[in-house]
Amino acid sequence: MILRRPFFWIIAVVILLFVTAPTLGNDVELRESLLLAAVYVTLASNLNMMLGYAGYVNFGSIVFFGLGGYFCVYFVSALGWTLVPATLAGGGAVCLLALLFGLGILRLRGAYFALATIGVNEAVMAFVTNFAPWGGATGIYLSSELFQPLGGPARALWIIYYALVGVMGSSLYLSYFVKVSKFGLGLLAIGQNEDAAAVLGVPTPRYKALLYAVSAFLPAIAGGLYFFKGAFIQPADAFDLQLSTEAIVITMLGGQGTVAGPALGAYLYEELRGWLLTSATLSNFQLVVAGALLLVVVLFAPGGLIGWVHRRWPRLRRVLE
Amino acid sequence: MTALLEIDGVSKRFGGLEAVQSLSFTVEQRHILGLIGPNGAGKSTVFNLINGVIAPDGGCIRFRGIDITGAPPYRVARHGLARTHQIVQPFMAMTVLDNCTVGAAFGCQNLPLARARETAHEMAALVGLEDRLDTPAAQLTIAAKKRLELARALSARPSLLLLDEVLAGLNPTEIERMIAIIRVIRERGIAILIIEHVMQAVMSLSDRIVVLNSGRKLTEGPPAEVAGNPAVIEAYLGDPGLAEKLRSRPR
Amino acid sequence: MIGLLASIVDGVLVGSVYGLAAMGITLIWGVMNVINLTHGTMIVCGMFGLYFLVNAAGVPAYATLAPILVIGFLVGVALYWIAVHRMIGQPPLMSLLSTFSVNLVLIGLGTALWGTVLFNVPVSLPGLSLGRYTFPGTHLMAAALTAVIAGALYLFLHRTRMGKAVRAVAANREAAELVGIPTTRVLALAFGLGVALACVSGMLIATLFPFTVLAGDAYQLKSFVVTVLGGLGNPTGALIAGIALGLLEGLATPFMPVSWTLVIEFVLFVAVLITFPGGLLSVRRARRVE
Repeated sequence: MILRRPFFWIIAVVILLFVTAPTLGNDVELRESLLLAAVYVTLASNLNMMLGYAGYVNFGSIVFFGLGGYFCVYFVSALGWTLVPATLAGGGAVCLLALLFGLGILRLRGAYFALATIGVNEAVMAFVTNFAPWGGATGIYLSSELFQPLGGPARALWIIYYALVGVMGSSLYLSYFVKVSKFGLGLLAIGQNEDAAAVLGVPTPRYKALLYAVSAFLPAIAGGLYFFKGAFIQPADAFDLQLSTEAIVITMLGGQGTVAGPALGAYLYEELRGWLLTSATLSNFQLVVAGALLLVVVLFAPGGLIGWVHRRWPRLRRVLE
Repeated sequence: MTALLEIDGVSKRFGGLEAVQSLSFTVEQRHILGLIGPNGAGKSTVFNLINGVIAPDGGCIRFRGIDITGAPPYRVARHGLARTHQIVQPFMAMTVLDNCTVGAAFGCQNLPLARARETAHEMAALVGLEDRLDTPAAQLTIAAKKRLELARALSARPSLLLLDEVLAGLNPTEIERMIAIIRVIRERGIAILIIEHVMQAVMSLSDRIVVLNSGRKLTEGPPAEVAGNPAVIEAYLGDPGLAEKLRSRPR
Repeated sequence: MIGLLASIVDGVLVGSVYGLAAMGITLIWGVMNVINLTHGTMIVCGMFGLYFLVNAAGVPAYATLAPILVIGFLVGVALYWIAVHRMIGQPPLMSLLSTFSVNLVLIGLGTALWGTVLFNVPVSLPGLSLGRYTFPGTHLMAAALTAVIAGALYLFLHRTRMGKAVRAVAANREAAELVGIPTTRVLALAFGLGVALACVSGMLIATLFPFTVLAGDAYQLKSFVVTVLGGLGNPTGALIAGIALGLLEGLATPFMPVSWTLVIEFVLFVAVLITFPGGLLSVRRARRVE
């Protein structure tokens, strides 16, 4: 029974903390930084399923976030939908596109797939930049009256925050449930040795395509919420490879293949970034630090922080998945 | 009784090399068929063709009457065919139990996780690994890894098991142990197609033997017959004219 | 029509330099099954090498080729030891991530120091005039130097002992070790060569076009496209495929906006990979019989 597993409740506690901490003091600044953290955790968790479970690194995972953002903003501004159907429809649309794309590029193994994912992101960005109904290179602006159905801008920001925390929590639960399911076992087998897995009966093409689509859904919804909140979306922001790069660093740092890893990694990375940004000299070196961190992890601790914890205290494996 | 596995005129070439040429043989239910031949005869290629890793250029492969020619490996597995590899391919970071659970969950039985774990446990015990269920596969010895590979294939509860040089690299004690396990498998009613170089093992285990040489079937028959066949001896020792000499020797 | 022809010929000239860049990737990929994600940045290093040697040290443009080749080689060997050596034999994912992370560091340093400023190295060379059309001297020189370097690489790989060792390691690393080839040294050398080729191609590209710190991305993309078109580990294929790509660009650029060329190249890349996993020119390669 899943409810008996301690980790289920650890996730619940984290979600509770995210919800109550800024609410109790009406602390807008805390809310904003936790919102960014929630976005990072969402992106990293979903990326982790492809990277840590199945062993397929998606360099361009940001494309789901950006497309989800575009669909939602378009539905709201051009078709007059309200936020909830717009984000859900955006998530669904991106999921479907991912399934279609996935069936194509997932035939490629390992490194080729990774390169192809960069290409997908660049191709989508180039397309959107030239796509007039979506504002082309200038993007789409949302007028503030679109926040009225949510009770005005101030209240809307809180609602969006809670929604994003919900998306983050769903991502954590999703990666947990997948990991302990039969689907997850098949994915882990693929990640270990794809050919041997196929010989044992794991339907590799179907599983990979399904995973790719599933890992697109929640980031797309997060994108919809994020860009709706910012009331503005343009190609350069929506498809910025830096965010998916950071998601990779976060996942590897925290521990790929584990559920807690991306969350822990996001927290550590956020702290590090905050510290770097306050120091004037070092703010330009964010990317350098991220790269150096990733190199150290890959060379000396490929299991990341949680991997190290698991090795040091094997009993914790069950508790901290 | 229809044969369990029928190989019918199968051929495969790689560029200029004709690895397998118009090969035909059958495996009956609950039988053990040995596949022998000198190195490079095409034995592993035959396994790869049966199991869907590569598709034949010509011919037909039928399993239980169903045409599986060119079907992808996971579909072949679903029909009830399992295989071990010459160079073992365990899931290194996974435990022994998890390795076998993959076999049980995704094999022809397609079991849900809980039931799959039970079957996995049973098969791990059958090969003598029940004391190491939580050990990561990477930490096992080579002999244990070979037994894990076998247990994992068995967990699918196949009707036909392809064993690819499962005795290679084992010392005599380990070989005896493995042969005992193979006999138990046969008692459970699973048919076996075995590639092996350890002659004593193959001769004592098999009901029939097929001899391959340079992609063609040289001969086929009961072990005793095949062992004494001069052409077979010539193929292994590589001495042309040896067959003639052996035949003309006074008996 | 003649204009189109001129476009094509020019495309071939520039394309040969793409081929040179791709040779760097394909060599490393073929020998050690590692995709060097610092490739684009190494191309930019070559560009900066030209810029600084010409402006700060007054070295004539084409004389920078030799020092850039040597420095590129040394940088490549260093890179091998830092990021790649421990990743040999591990799943390809790991070497992807390690070279990716080094690239992040380098790009971070580059943008921190020079931002996105445009650099230009004006190189003038008398061109070749045929009728109404002049082929820029720089393009001709770049193609000529590419031919020389490609030829030298071919001679190295096929006529020297070390070159043979490189090809042996590429074919089967374990077997090469068994016959006494010092594989680690060969791998380091191959990586160094690959990076040297990237740097030199960068230097040649900088004689043709202006550049920024981030220009490497586009050229890296082109290198990958050329590599898969020409077949992994096949330097001759890379050169031919590079020329083909240059030709394609020469044909297409009069007719379409520049922002689409990269998209098309990537679609080509993915399409070729899906249909010919080994690359267009390696369709005839025998599969391993195992």
